[in-house]
Amino acid sequence: MARAVTASRKALTTAIAGALAFLMFFPILWIVVLSLKTEVDAIRAPWQVLTSGWTFESYGAVQERSDYFKHFWNSVIIAFGSTLLGLVIAVPAAWAMAFVPGKRTKDVLMWMLSTKMLPPVGVLVPIYLLFINIGLLDTRFGLVIVLMLINLPIIIWMLYTYFREIPGEILEAARMDGASLREEVLYVLTPMAIPGMASTVLLNVILAWNEAFWTLNLTASKAAPLTAFIASYSSPEGLFYAKLSAASVMAIAPILIMGWFSQKQLVRGLTFGAVK
Amino acid sequence: MGRITLDKVRKSFGAIEVIPPLDLTIEDGEFVVFVGPSGCGKSTLLRLIAGLEDVSGGEIRIDGKDATDVPPAKRGLAMVFQSYALYPHMSVRKNIAFPLRMAGMDKAEQDRRVDDAARVLNLTDYLDRRPGQLSGGQRQRVAIGRAIVREPAAFLFDEPLSNLDAALRVGMRLEISELHERLKTTMIYVTHDQVEAMTMADKIVVLNAGRIEQVGSPLELYRQPRNLFVAGFIGSPKMNLITGPEAEKRGAHTIGIRPEHIKVSDDDTCIWRGTVGVSEHLGSDTFFHIHMPSRDEPLTVRAGGDVDLYHGDHICLTPDEAHMHRFDEKGNRIE
Repeated sequence: MARAVTASRKALTTAIAGALAFLMFFPILWIVVLSLKTEVDAIRAPWQVLTSGWTFESYGAVQERSDYFKHFWNSVIIAFGSTLLGLVIAVPAAWAMAFVPGKRTKDVLMWMLSTKMLPPVGVLVPIYLLFINIGLLDTRFGLVIVLMLINLPIIIWMLYTYFREIPGEILEAARMDGASLREEVLYVLTPMAIPGMASTVLLNVILAWNEAFWTLNLTASKAAPLTAFIASYSSPEGLFYAKLSAASVMAIAPILIMGWFSQKQLVRGLTFGAVK
Repeated sequence: MGRITLDKVRKSFGAIEVIPPLDLTIEDGEFVVFVGPSGCGKSTLLRLIAGLEDVSGGEIRIDGKDATDVPPAKRGLAMVFQSYALYPHMSVRKNIAFPLRMAGMDKAEQDRRVDDAARVLNLTDYLDRRPGQLSGGQRQRVAIGRAIVREPAAFLFDEPLSNLDAALRVGMRLEISELHERLKTTMIYVTHDQVEAMTMADKIVVLNAGRIEQVGSPLELYRQPRNLFVAGFIGSPKMNLITGPEAEKRGAHTIGIRPEHIKVSDDDTCIWRGTVGVSEHLGSDTFFHIHMPSRDEPLTVRAGGDVDLYHGDHICLTPDEAHMHRFDEKGNRIE
């Protein structure tokens, strides 16, 4: 039954929601504002910042000092590469757990999730040494592997949830119709799970894009993605607020735009199965 | 060809044995119905034949060849599921053609067979639609179409009509029977609805707790139930089962009498007396639920549509001794 909502109450709720949304978005808005100021104006008091003149000079300076597009491509390759590789491994894993669960399936799922509870810094030294020994340090391939591994539990969990929603009888029908396991996954399961897979890809691309701990520690210059690009502006000689802000805007803009256009898919994916 | 033989087939899930060793032969071209209450193992048995479940012991032979370890796709059987199990992302045409595509059949032959099946099942106008745009009955026809095109050795139906409304169910029941008449292919049909079993089957297999209680033609089961379970399960309304002095008088532990074999009269020559409880006047027939002092449960009696007796009326009943069924303490039929 619908509850009666008075107009004033509705207005109040809208105002509160709007204020909260603004509060959450404010840091990003402020970065955009700072990026359009000179270094001198950027460190002034907030009201002076707002009243001073606007300029694009920080963007020019940032692009001149460090090659944005090189970092951008590194980010794209690392984020999408790790997600797609993760998907290749996660689809069979999630299929097995969703459709032929064993006695220990739940335990395996919990164990996978528990790996996310370990602070990454705990395994930094061994992984760093491994990377040196096998020559993966500062390579995009090395980062693809590491980010794939740290996001794999999430990818498997998400796919497992979507697969569980697909009636097992449809897959059995495919089996009766003569489909091999490969054909069953390729022609029946995957097309039906596409909405779920799309939101899994989106979320993991975002997670991998924003990942800073491993990308900063395992890269130097060649494979450095946009996170390293931002970090290079918090230099020991002092903070250059305007340039740091410009670099941040340039780094988050692609993912922000992608997130904006796919928000419907993302919300649907994240709340999938919540209401049944 | 589609002769299916089960030889000491057994199934357990962990420590629970759902089907104790069971033997059954289904002849080529037969319409066999597995019927029983829910949880009796009828669907499991069908899935064992399909190969969707592995047997825990015994052997399944299809046309004389051992198929026990053959994967479902290679058994040459087609299955229609209760939930239709259509592929929601494919058009009706692609759904029906899917098994042919998996078999690597060339496109022209695929189209020819799909068009044939669609014509038989009145689906020609819907070939380009998705399953989501069809009604329940049409979806079930698509599922049947997908089964027909393969020209299987046998069709397996797992409660295919349970999701349809009553009127549609009657129509589809006739369509499936007609299909069997035309194709003459073995059909194994699982249902808990004994009306479906009685109307469609050449042979009914009554299952209870994984065991076969009786195998026979519908009328054989109706006229000569081998035990109390079959007697109570087959027939609607149920057979009246009576214990006590009335049974002992006839040399049995339990006697059974069907509602239509009890005569209603108002004279004093009758054997049983009672009072009318609920009376269901269907026009053609009237069902009376009669309360008798010697029984806790009411006795069901079927009378003609023109018998005007109502709640509270006294009634006089005479059972037809020739149609009385007698059972011993173990529930087995006494001939």
